[in-house]
Amino acid sequence: MDLQIWIWLMIGITFSLYIGIAIWSKAGSTKEFYVAGSGVSPIANGMATAADWMSAASFISMAGLISFMGYDGSVYLMGWTGGYVLLALLLAPYLRKFGKFTVPDFIGDRYYSDTARLVAVFCALIISFTYVAGQMRGVGLVFSRYLEVDINTGVVIGMAIVLFYAVLGGMKGITYTQVAQYCVLIFAFMVPAIFISMQMTGNPIPQLGFGSIGTDGVYLLEKLDGLSRDLGFHEYTTGSKSKLDVFFITAALMIGTAGLPHVIVRFFTVKKVSDARKSAGWALLFIAILYTTAPAIAVFARTNLIETVSEKKYDEMPVWFENWEKTGLLTFTDKNDDGLIQYVADPQLNELTIDRDIMVMANPEIAELPNWVIALLAAGALAAALSTAAGLLLVISSSVSHDLIKKIIKPDVSEKGELIAARVSAFFAVLLAGYFGINPPGFVAAVVALAFGLAAASFFPAIVMGIFYKRMNKEGAISGMVIGLLLMLFYMTKFKFGWFGGGTEDDWWFGISPEGFGTFAMLVNFIVSLIVCHLTKEPSKEVQDLVEKIRIPTIENS
Amino acid sequence: MSKNLAEEYWKKNLKYLVILLSIWFTVSFGFGIILIDELNQIKIGGFKLGFWFAQQGSIYVFVTLIFIYIGLMNKLDKKYHSKK
Repeated sequence: MDLQIWIWLMIGITFSLYIGIAIWSKAGSTKEFYVAGSGVSPIANGMATAADWMSAASFISMAGLISFMGYDGSVYLMGWTGGYVLLALLLAPYLRKFGKFTVPDFIGDRYYSDTARLVAVFCALIISFTYVAGQMRGVGLVFSRYLEVDINTGVVIGMAIVLFYAVLGGMKGITYTQVAQYCVLIFAFMVPAIFISMQMTGNPIPQLGFGSIGTDGVYLLEKLDGLSRDLGFHEYTTGSKSKLDVFFITAALMIGTAGLPHVIVRFFTVKKVSDARKSAGWALLFIAILYTTAPAIAVFARTNLIETVSEKKYDEMPVWFENWEKTGLLTFTDKNDDGLIQYVADPQLNELTIDRDIMVMANPEIAELPNWVIALLAAGALAAALSTAAGLLLVISSSVSHDLIKKIIKPDVSEKGELIAARVSAFFAVLLAGYFGINPPGFVAAVVALAFGLAAASFFPAIVMGIFYKRMNKEGAISGMVIGLLLMLFYMTKFKFGWFGGGTEDDWWFGISPEGFGTFAMLVNFIVSLIVCHLTKEPSKEVQDLVEKIRIPTIENS
Repeated sequence: MSKNLAEEYWKKNLKYLVILLSIWFTVSFGFGIILIDELNQIKIGGFKLGFWFAQQGSIYVFVTLIFIYIGLMNKLDKKYHSKK
């Protein structure tokens, strides 16, 4: 069957599934809208968290990034999984015990202050918008390549779908569509990986395959190290970044993961404290399936790519080469007019530029897999982007309707009125996200990576100290969050957008990149909080009792 | 739950956290970053060991750690609620 028909079929089936689920799980109360009525089973919540978490960046960009970075790509692998250990051990159970709807709820009540609540709302909005922009661009990218529509049309179609199930079903609709989306995306990611692993190493398990011997009798990783050396790239299994920077980036991604509001809020949807721990475990298990496969795909794709193009005739390139050239994500200029493709590290001699974002999507075509696999991949990429976008939109809408309107501006709003406000803000959030998708601020993974720095620098210290340090007061927490966030924003805009005089790599503080700076800003947050906290008076007995209470799961709750 | 029991529960929980988080730190930041050059001298199949920890091993350990914590805390919860 023709590829285009397969793609329409796969996308048609999966999208009708999502819409069907949304109609079935329409939200009737604010509790259902914000936290799915707190009745989700740990395994379902684990799947939903995994889909919520694995974004267009994880699905489309990550393996491609690793494939170009080699060992340095480990920062994403460890960083985006290790955070779940922090979540399960330090945050999720206690926040569930606290038992409210949002992260600003916790910050506002624990630090007995509407100022703290407002700062938290502001942080949640900045983080979520930075992040959602990347998702919409991912949706547009997939549509433009596979449906052969304009990127903007693609974004609009994606918006309409998300609008439908996020506005109608709230967290309840999102949770159950995310369960379906997890199944679609993991199947779509694994099928080509298993095929290619079989092809290249004869081992059906990609995690083992990329450490095995290839068809020519050499270990795949050794061969890739050799090819990289020959073409002037750094060796695949060793890095080119400094150890300090790798350390800081990994830490920023881990801590950022644990501080992301759209991930934290998922643990409010389960019934009891022990379920919050359990679903963090399931979530990481489901995530690990993709995250341990991605480095294998990276190695397969890199080897395949080099072998297909390096020193080969341009005229004899396969069809996929031409298809991707059309999108402008792959370009070839024959600098020395020999008709061969020179793909080398030296920018003077290199003739081929490849956008990292296409590696995963082009992979099945490069490996000559059947059409239905390519179509499946398109559906999977859309599932990944839509599920994360929906989760983020819910955080944005509940920040506005619950934390701002209900808690600060108009506390006497009725349940029905709050629900309407939630739906209206979800609607506007979708429109704004769509705008970012049409006018994207840079390539997917880079933008998303910075959202982690912001989360690490603002929320993580305030929440952890709120649970583990009874003496922490509002003055400490607020000054920590404000300074952490501003410092991170300053560093990010200085080195990424050239504000405040800009700067190059040589001007980085202590050699820490903007991606890793979240760790530094987080440490500053901790220090500022502790100093300010000891200069001001300790929190009241009631607040300290609240902290005691959230530390121990009660019978009713456990 | 009496004050004393609650304190004991919390102390035990903190002890688990310290142990599990030390392992968390060792496999990722320790084996995958700080000690990578030393571990890369050892090879298992086609993998250099440090590289393997950074891209595979640490993730397997993370998953295991959470499930160990779930088991430990379920036991702890049960013990203290029966004492109450």
